[in-house]
Amino acid sequence: MGNPRKVCAYPYIIWIIGFTVIPLGIIVKYALTDSTGVFSLYNILAIAQPVHLKALIFSTEVAVICTLICILLSYPLVMSLKRLGYMGKRFSIFVLILPMWINFVLRLLAWQMILSNNGLLNALLELLHLPTIAIANTKTAMMIGLVYDYLPYMILPIYNCIDEIDDDLIDAARDLGANGFTVFLKIIFPLTIPGLLSGIVMVFVPSMTSFVTANVLGGGKYQLIGNVIEQEFMTTMDWNLGSGLSLILMIFTLISMVFTSGNEEPGKESAIW
Amino acid sequence: MKKKIIFAALLTAFVALSLSACKSQAKDSITVFNYSMYIDPEILDQFEEESGIHVNYEEAPTPEELYTKYKSGAISYDLLCSSEYMLQRLMSEGELKEVDFSSFENKDNMSSRCMEMCKDIDPEHKYLMPYFWGTVGILYDPDKTNGEITSWDSLFNGEYSGNFIMQDSMRDSFMVALKYLGYSANTTDEAELLEAKELLISQKPQVQAYHVDEVRDEIIGGNAALGVIYSGEGYYAYQENDRLKYCIPKEGSNYWIDCFCMTKDCKNVEGAKKFMDFLCREDIAQKNFDYVCYSSAMNSVVDNYSDAEKNFPAVNPSDEELKRCEMFKQLPKETTEKMGEYWKELKAR
Amino acid sequence: MVEKLKNFICKFYLLLITLFLHIPVLLLIVLSFNGSRNRTSWGGFSLKWYKKMFSSSQMMDAFSNTILISFCAASIATVIGLLAALGISAMKNRGYGIMLAATNIPMVNADIVTGLALMLWFIKFIPLGFTSVLLAHITFDIPYVVLSVLPRVKQMNVAVYEAARDLGANGIYAFFKVVMPQLYGSILYGFFMALTISMDDFTVTYFTRGAGVNTLSTLIYGELKKGIVPEMYALSTLIFVVVFVILLIVNFGSVRKEKKAVAA
Repeated sequence: MGNPRKVCAYPYIIWIIGFTVIPLGIIVKYALTDSTGVFSLYNILAIAQPVHLKALIFSTEVAVICTLICILLSYPLVMSLKRLGYMGKRFSIFVLILPMWINFVLRLLAWQMILSNNGLLNALLELLHLPTIAIANTKTAMMIGLVYDYLPYMILPIYNCIDEIDDDLIDAARDLGANGFTVFLKIIFPLTIPGLLSGIVMVFVPSMTSFVTANVLGGGKYQLIGNVIEQEFMTTMDWNLGSGLSLILMIFTLISMVFTSGNEEPGKESAIW
Repeated sequence: MKKKIIFAALLTAFVALSLSACKSQAKDSITVFNYSMYIDPEILDQFEEESGIHVNYEEAPTPEELYTKYKSGAISYDLLCSSEYMLQRLMSEGELKEVDFSSFENKDNMSSRCMEMCKDIDPEHKYLMPYFWGTVGILYDPDKTNGEITSWDSLFNGEYSGNFIMQDSMRDSFMVALKYLGYSANTTDEAELLEAKELLISQKPQVQAYHVDEVRDEIIGGNAALGVIYSGEGYYAYQENDRLKYCIPKEGSNYWIDCFCMTKDCKNVEGAKKFMDFLCREDIAQKNFDYVCYSSAMNSVVDNYSDAEKNFPAVNPSDEELKRCEMFKQLPKETTEKMGEYWKELKAR
Repeated sequence: MVEKLKNFICKFYLLLITLFLHIPVLLLIVLSFNGSRNRTSWGGFSLKWYKKMFSSSQMMDAFSNTILISFCAASIATVIGLLAALGISAMKNRGYGIMLAATNIPMVNADIVTGLALMLWFIKFIPLGFTSVLLAHITFDIPYVVLSVLPRVKQMNVAVYEAARDLGANGIYAFFKVVMPQLYGSILYGFFMALTISMDDFTVTYFTRGAGVNTLSTLIYGELKKGIVPEMYALSTLIFVVVFVILLIVNFGSVRKEKKAVAA
């Protein structure tokens, strides 16, 4: 029977079965039946329809770009953080997390106000006698919103990894003649891969489905796969089709999970609190 | 030590919160489903105060979402407020309950003109309590347009490319295209629908955004020159900035009426009736009109229109303007599906 | 010289990103003091929205719901998650792997799928409302607790607990006196993480809520279509400031002590 302490996990096991496994099972059931409850693959195959395929490809494209931008912004940031003292680091991380306490939807609204044709950004450009830009309700505006939302989720895990790297290791490499770039490529980057992977997991799938961001900043002109699913459920009321598309999305989630499984302790304590 | 103290504090806070969560809910309550921001919230408070009936209030942005949410059965509603074509659909599905309007204290305040509008759906006035009505038109800022706007053409001829906003609602968008092409907004003809779809698709690159009610703030804020808008939002915008103008295009448009009705599963019939009656009371109706800004279905409010309200086409359209407009009808299932498919195609572009 | 330049570039970049993350927040704070209702024009400094927000019952309800749901969900999740972490750490390879994978599901699954799955499940047996939102929040909160407590439990010195038992302490007493003190930090971290996620959640709440139950997120989303009332900026600013102060005290109150400990 093993360790009696296992009993402690039973409430959680019941919870997982009741609120994770069964609900996902229901999605699968809806996905594999038609509106009369007869088995059908129609809802799964519906992803091949041009309308859905387009949304899926577009979402993947957006998610890839968003993840890449987040990675490119995060590395210089965590490298800069590493140069700071203990207090400086702690304070910086604290400041980076702080915006999360203003409501998500309100933050998006604030971006809408900043980017609109008559907004803050264009007012600033005018003040500097530069030409104004029509960035509101474009793909760029949507990308800015997505990167803004998910950047902290990329920074934190990478930072946690980089913070653990022993300075002596870097000094040793330098003494042996490695330049800054080599140090980064040969030491820092490989050691941050676990953090990078969990960052990608936290950013990629969520940015494929962020229907609110697409609606608010994209002006309703861009359809992520999340928008399509939301509409199937809330407007068209085709729950079977919505579930079918959700199931396709879960495949992406599964791919993400393969990434995390190699990563023993994804929720390591960081310096937020 | 410090962490322990924080821990203890949190535990106390949790217990206190859980206890307050158990505060007894008012037993007598009704659940009301309405469009977003379609009632002055103070009226809900006032109703609770005067009647002792608690109102669970729920909102949906469009008729389609309202219908879906109601049909999903996730929440059991007592009262619904929706537009005529959705009400027609609900009625044909047997979802509504008859209401004895003659027992209302304020029954005489309901405008007969509005009851006339519902005649096709509810000929004997047994189900629907008219609430507000209005039209769909174009709100524009004359300083940013080349003169007066009188036609849907301004949205299709490329003159204001990137500078106008369309409605993010399937039927309204198709209505605009169909009317512009000279067809009925209730067409079931596939060729006509297809033509409308092609038109909307070719228009998409010029559209700044598809919005529902945000259109109003975008135009007030000067972010766009013109936009397709519901009349009440147009009047609200006019109150904020009296330079703005509202027009019902010459090709015709859509007019609609929103009514309250009781669901077939209504659990608190007396409470629901009291609520409807309350909305018909003169002072409440006036307060609601001042907040909502759509054309009221209450006599007392209409008689009290100010000169500005009487002359603004969004509040008080002329008979000639109304004659160009057409009400939505419930479309046959195939047409709705076709339109839904086209709409998805348009949005996915 | 080069080092100085490098330092400058690093600090500048840090500042730039901080600015990027904080500009929307600053804008909202400024707007909460705007005398005009219109968000595109400045109507002078005013505190009227702060006075007005307390009289909006809709907003106060949403606020108390948000606080209540996120605190209750985070607390219940902390209890279940702590027990789970203790239990899982005792498992062997296969059980351990399965549990870890199951824990990861709600974290990596798209919010929209979690929300929809729960909605489809809930409508089969309970009316959507406060309870359904609470259950949903507990569901996505637990993994954050488990994943922050579990590594600590694994590092924990089991010998101390056994020593306490040998010395005659009963199981419960030994647990609270010996085990818990080692875990306070990670439990607290898990709790706060759950609280933050819960407070900020929109998608799952949107799909599992019922009539009249709004959290701040869903209320704002509803208002978005019609234009946000400025009272909302005021309330958000207030929340932001309160959280800022609390976190500052919790965070940097303890730092000083830790530093002392390091120095000693």
